[in-house]
Amino acid sequence: MEVGWWGVAIAVLGGAIRIGTPFLFVSLGECLTEKSGRINLGLEGTLVMGAMTGYAISLHSGSPWLGVLSAGLAGAVLGALHSWLCSHQRVNDIAVGIAMMLFGTGVAFFFGKPYIQPSAPRLPSIDLGGWSAVPQLQAALQINALFLMGIVVAIALRWMLKNTAWGLKVRVVGESADAARALGLPVDRIRILSTAQGGFLAGIGGSYLSLYYPFNWSEGLSSGQGLMAVALVIFARWQPVGCLWVSLLWGGASALGPSLQSVGITYGYYIFNAIPYLMTLAVMIITCSPRRTLVGVPHELTVTR
Amino acid sequence: MPKSLHRALEPFLIIVGSLSVSMVLFGAFVAAAGANPFEVYQTMYRAAFGTLFSWQNTLIRAAPLMLTALCTALPGYLGLITIGGEGAVVIGGLLAAIAALTMPTAPPMIVLVTMALVGMVAGGIWLTIGGALRHYRAVNETISSLLLNYIAIALLNHLVTGTFRDPESLNHPSTHHIGEANMLGLIPGTDLHWGLVFGVVACILTWFLMHHTVFGFASQIAGGNVRAAQIAGLPVGRLILIVCFVAGAAGGLAGMLEVAAIHGRANDTLNANYGYAGILVAFVARNNPLAIMPVAVLLGGIRASSGLLQRVHELPDATVLVMQGIIFLVILFSETLYGRFSRFQKQGVS
Repeated sequence: MEVGWWGVAIAVLGGAIRIGTPFLFVSLGECLTEKSGRINLGLEGTLVMGAMTGYAISLHSGSPWLGVLSAGLAGAVLGALHSWLCSHQRVNDIAVGIAMMLFGTGVAFFFGKPYIQPSAPRLPSIDLGGWSAVPQLQAALQINALFLMGIVVAIALRWMLKNTAWGLKVRVVGESADAARALGLPVDRIRILSTAQGGFLAGIGGSYLSLYYPFNWSEGLSSGQGLMAVALVIFARWQPVGCLWVSLLWGGASALGPSLQSVGITYGYYIFNAIPYLMTLAVMIITCSPRRTLVGVPHELTVTR
Repeated sequence: MPKSLHRALEPFLIIVGSLSVSMVLFGAFVAAAGANPFEVYQTMYRAAFGTLFSWQNTLIRAAPLMLTALCTALPGYLGLITIGGEGAVVIGGLLAAIAALTMPTAPPMIVLVTMALVGMVAGGIWLTIGGALRHYRAVNETISSLLLNYIAIALLNHLVTGTFRDPESLNHPSTHHIGEANMLGLIPGTDLHWGLVFGVVACILTWFLMHHTVFGFASQIAGGNVRAAQIAGLPVGRLILIVCFVAGAAGGLAGMLEVAAIHGRANDTLNANYGYAGILVAFVARNNPLAIMPVAVLLGGIRASSGLLQRVHELPDATVLVMQGIIFLVILFSETLYGRFSRFQKQGVS
């Protein structure tokens, strides 16, 4: 029995990394976008588009890494389109986000039809669990390089936002578009660039889904990871490194149901699926208040007004 | 020209213009994919509006869209952007089915009325949670309603695979069938179920509520400027709760109709994205319940044409998704054109 419970803990840890990685990329992308004062609800479409592009390019070129790169580029295009549309007066970014979600998934399914059957080369994994004799632990520590890159991106993004001129510009634009204009900053261009970079990261998150885990391309591949990015960023308080912890927490919570099932606890399997959402809702209820705005929120953001 | 007609001309022309632009864009898209755009449009027209049969197909799809569009449109009057229609549909359908299963001996009429009431109350409460959180805790309603959609789906899956599972539904977990006698019938002389009537009536009633009653007027003021509404003594919180409840009730009714008129049981077909499509219908109709009806029919037609497009032109079924995406992007973008044509402005003022 005791080994069984350890098994659950190990499976949750492994799930945190394995399921959490795409969350990490979409939330980092959304974090950067939101720091510039724009919200992108269309990352779900970006994610699916990235998954399809990554898979197709990996299949044709034989190089999964080229797939990852092109997935990012596809995401950047969608992000730039989103932000360009929203940079016009009275165009609602939440509505456009939902339409972009539809458009992105539609285009991905349209071009992805021929790729449902064939099998593309997979991203290699790095074995960090070789020192252990426990097979479950070895499996849990089979880590994809994209996860490590995600950690690096999180730290780099934090550094960039804090210490570079570009990061300062992004934050000024996100805090007050009027102040940015007074400083002579090109508000729309900075937002388009930030959203495109955010889309790039989300596209990479999508390629992780199709090229590593669950490693296939189908129309049911994504289960709302892109939509959840917005909630994750609120949870992470617009901190890139916070996005890392929140994504791991989400991955772990999502892995709880299946892990418990593996030790014979099947009751409430689907209720466990709801845990990450309930958690986020609870955090929002606790931290929001009608009398003050959230800590760390970019003030140009439409969701917080 | 009468003033009211003139005021309606600007949105009408802008929407017709946007639809034309999106048709050109989509035409270019299918042409790039190797199909003849003119033939594609012809096929779509035939599949959606060409025959009596295709009209019925279109209207069957339009009915739930009218109801789920109200989930987003009505809170829109108060300035809220709710995307919780999907959750309201799921919860409404689930609880309506459970309600029917608890009363096996009641006469069908009673069962149906109970199902409708339970579905509407359940959907209403589900959407009101988001409205209440927004008003009392300043939790963003867009995000909370999105989270509640996923929670509703988890709840549905939990109950149909557990407590309420019909053991005979092996690879597609569902509740027991509510019984053929309890199914909502067809409109006489057609293949349409009564859902369409409910959708049309709901749109007309809510339009009357929002545009011709004091309640609707107060809601519009609160949506325009919360502070001004509060200073004027309007009960903003209560308005938000009631409007969200009515909106959610429409979604719950859509779920109940899916169960009582189509599937006969609650299962994951309730989560068929009618909620998300409804959001777009509401945006395109600019939240006006009367405009929701034609937009829902248009979208229903686009969705109905998917099968024939596949068979005739060998285009993937996602083609209609691309088309929806293009139409909505262009229409949302056209929002920026309002007020730019001085023609409408000058005459509007005088």
